[in-house]
Amino acid sequence: MHEVSSNPVAHQHSAPTGFIRKYVFSLDHKVIGKQYYGLALVSVFVGMVLSWLLRVHLAYPNWHIPLLEKVSKVGAPGGVMTPEYYLSLLTMHGTLMVFFVLTNAPFAAFGNFFLPIQIGAEDMSFPRFNMMSFWTTFLAFLVMMASFFVADGPPISGWTAYAPLSAVGGDAGPGLALGQTLWAISIAIFCVGSLLGALNFISTTLDLRTKGMSLIRMPYSTWAWFVTSVIALLAFAVLLPACILLILDRVAGTSFFIPAGLILSDKLQPHSGGSPLLWQHLFWFFGHPEVYIAILPSIGIISTILPVFTRKPFLGPRALIGSMIAIGFLSYMVWGHHMFVSGMNPFSADIFSVPTLIITIPATIMTLLLTASIYGGKMRFDTPALFCLGFISVFISGGISGFYLAQPSLDSYLHATYFVVAHFHFVMAVASLFGVFAGTYFWFPKMFGRMMNEKMGKWHFWLTFLGVYCVFMPMHYLGLVGNVRRYSAFVDDYLAPLIPVHRFITIAALLTGAAQLIFFWNLAWSRFKGPLAPENPWEATSLEWSTTSPPPFDNFGARHPVVSHSPNEYGVEAADGTDYVMQTAPSKSA
Amino acid sequence: MGRVFAVVLTLITLVSVAFFVMHTWWLPPDISTTGPAIDRQLEETLIGTGVLFLAGQLILAFFAWGASDKTPGRKMKMFPGGPTPLVTAAIVVVGIEIFTLTFVGSKAWGAIYLTPADAGALRIDVQAEQFAFYFRYAGPDAKFGAVHPEKIDDGSGNYFGLDPANDVDARDDIVAASLVVPVNRQVALTLHSKDVGHSFYVRELRVQQDFVPGLDIPLHFTATQTGKYEIVCTQLCGLGHYNMKAYLEVMSEEDYEQWLKTQAGQ
Repeated sequence: MHEVSSNPVAHQHSAPTGFIRKYVFSLDHKVIGKQYYGLALVSVFVGMVLSWLLRVHLAYPNWHIPLLEKVSKVGAPGGVMTPEYYLSLLTMHGTLMVFFVLTNAPFAAFGNFFLPIQIGAEDMSFPRFNMMSFWTTFLAFLVMMASFFVADGPPISGWTAYAPLSAVGGDAGPGLALGQTLWAISIAIFCVGSLLGALNFISTTLDLRTKGMSLIRMPYSTWAWFVTSVIALLAFAVLLPACILLILDRVAGTSFFIPAGLILSDKLQPHSGGSPLLWQHLFWFFGHPEVYIAILPSIGIISTILPVFTRKPFLGPRALIGSMIAIGFLSYMVWGHHMFVSGMNPFSADIFSVPTLIITIPATIMTLLLTASIYGGKMRFDTPALFCLGFISVFISGGISGFYLAQPSLDSYLHATYFVVAHFHFVMAVASLFGVFAGTYFWFPKMFGRMMNEKMGKWHFWLTFLGVYCVFMPMHYLGLVGNVRRYSAFVDDYLAPLIPVHRFITIAALLTGAAQLIFFWNLAWSRFKGPLAPENPWEATSLEWSTTSPPPFDNFGARHPVVSHSPNEYGVEAADGTDYVMQTAPSKSA
Repeated sequence: MGRVFAVVLTLITLVSVAFFVMHTWWLPPDISTTGPAIDRQLEETLIGTGVLFLAGQLILAFFAWGASDKTPGRKMKMFPGGPTPLVTAAIVVVGIEIFTLTFVGSKAWGAIYLTPADAGALRIDVQAEQFAFYFRYAGPDAKFGAVHPEKIDDGSGNYFGLDPANDVDARDDIVAASLVVPVNRQVALTLHSKDVGHSFYVRELRVQQDFVPGLDIPLHFTATQTGKYEIVCTQLCGLGHYNMKAYLEVMSEEDYEQWLKTQAGQ
């Protein structure tokens, strides 16, 4: 694969002129990338505000929030949310964050913008599919948000929507009528958008690499987007039919997930023959790979950015790429670890436990490679570098707790407690978002042609880094006590004494959330007032830094970049007196 | 800046570990025959992962400190030996950890979930519904009456859908809102759900098991200490999920027999 020489195909579409084709229904992968980023920003803001409301309710259940009553009179009479509204907001927090933030931001947003540029292509293979994938995802977002405005609000079944709670309809409780149907429709639409995007990423990576860009010369971020798109193609292809079956159970009277003899609201449900565990199997067959869809792109982003700031080559590129592929492969064999106590055959717990533990090996390899890449470097501590360091730390913290939950015997105690909440927030949410933050500070100059404010960036890092540890580390302790998650109030005898810990977490969450406002302000301010960015402000090697900031419509201005180097040539004594060699620099033998 | 990071990360790491070591927040004492194996497994995992956590974070801090060294003329260095020793170390160290945990852990899991209940175990039927647990004892005839979902009527207290008018076995079944069991005798539960998924979780027994609508799920335990413990639902089941609970009351054999008599007399 070293001599790939496929010439970039001629650009399939010409530069648009009108506003609509330029900024709204654009075929340009860069505009689509920014659209995904914008959608993720809106979603993360809503998701974050929801988490504030949830945290405040847990720690200070009697606080009146007048604004909340304005949003929903039924859900929060007098400004205090009802137990069901708590669950509605919980469901929306999880759904927005997992689908519209953790899938969209590191994968769809940055992948769309940078994958074609990093391989020297002028656009994606299928620009129309690409446009369609964003607008499909946007439609999914609208349908999801619509559930806030229907009669009894969003569903209360959590982002995992376990059947039969999610399948039987309004008899099971508030939010489970129209709200739940909208949820299922939205996720089905989201799957379609993600499938189109994944296909595009795969074909673009395989077909449109410029001359000299062999697979092994691709930057690690591109490798991560490529592996992730293969995972996404297989994962969303399972969630889509699962959602369709759920919709059919809800509206067409089928019984895929509903067994006979259920009585809800004193009514015998007219269903028979279905299996609630079938939903769990289908959901987690998607759900576990989804964790890697969220985290792998960030690992790729961090691995690409870190050497730029340590000024030395990444240690073991092949081991890194091998680990990514191993994780992608193993991610399909571990879904049952979400179901140890679900009632599936307990023998299968042992079967699922082993590959789950084995997956920590490639994860450990990646962590060690990242850490060892720092050793002996002459590091520049700009904001992207700080978020790289922070990423490694939170990825270790979140990964370690996986050892507990992967063991059925410990999971039988810790399952459904705050220990799990701590685990997945660290390893999936915070780690992935640190990748997004690092990527944002690093690539903003290329995306918008202006530098971000460093001072605000550093404040943002320090407050966020300390904040996430104050929020999520204590949740491990709560989990050890057996504090159950998804409770809207702590009425059990043993839970009441834990409320001071919850207050600490809530205050930390509000402060950490406030720190994100610095980030939002920095984005807005830098977009218009930031100093103009040069072509290669960080002295990085990959192709996006060999074109203007921002790049022209066809990325390289009618040039076809020719690649002669790996992206890993830092810490060298280059002919021009710098310490790095661009991928496009002429080869020494030439 | 790298040195600040190193110091902050070291502090975070030490404080985090301290609370684990001090057991500031901890599991309640175990009261089951199968729990000690799980507690041992937890301790072993804590030590193993604690070492990995400390090593991972502190090495990161140490390297960040070193990489911020501003000594003029300092030469950049690559990690000695390259990636191969790291990859080998990851495979060997984590591999040994996995092998140990799996080898020991399977037994702790197997003792509860893979071993059938003893023939002489006390059998109790458990029905979960939004948002309560009910417990059914077979009564003097030691036979459970058949269950008819269509006859379930919470208003008249027929939580299980029994048909005592036509079913002799059902007539002496005892239904209670608490799980009352004798100490040191194995109890074999059969879990059913009336409506949606629920879960049976007693921290002191170290067990958790979902109720799955449409399935009868077995679960057994032996309580070794008398007392009153909370049973809580851990599977999101609707708006009252947070408030769905019952009590496990472990009594001496005599108190238990007395309790049964009182219940049968009602």
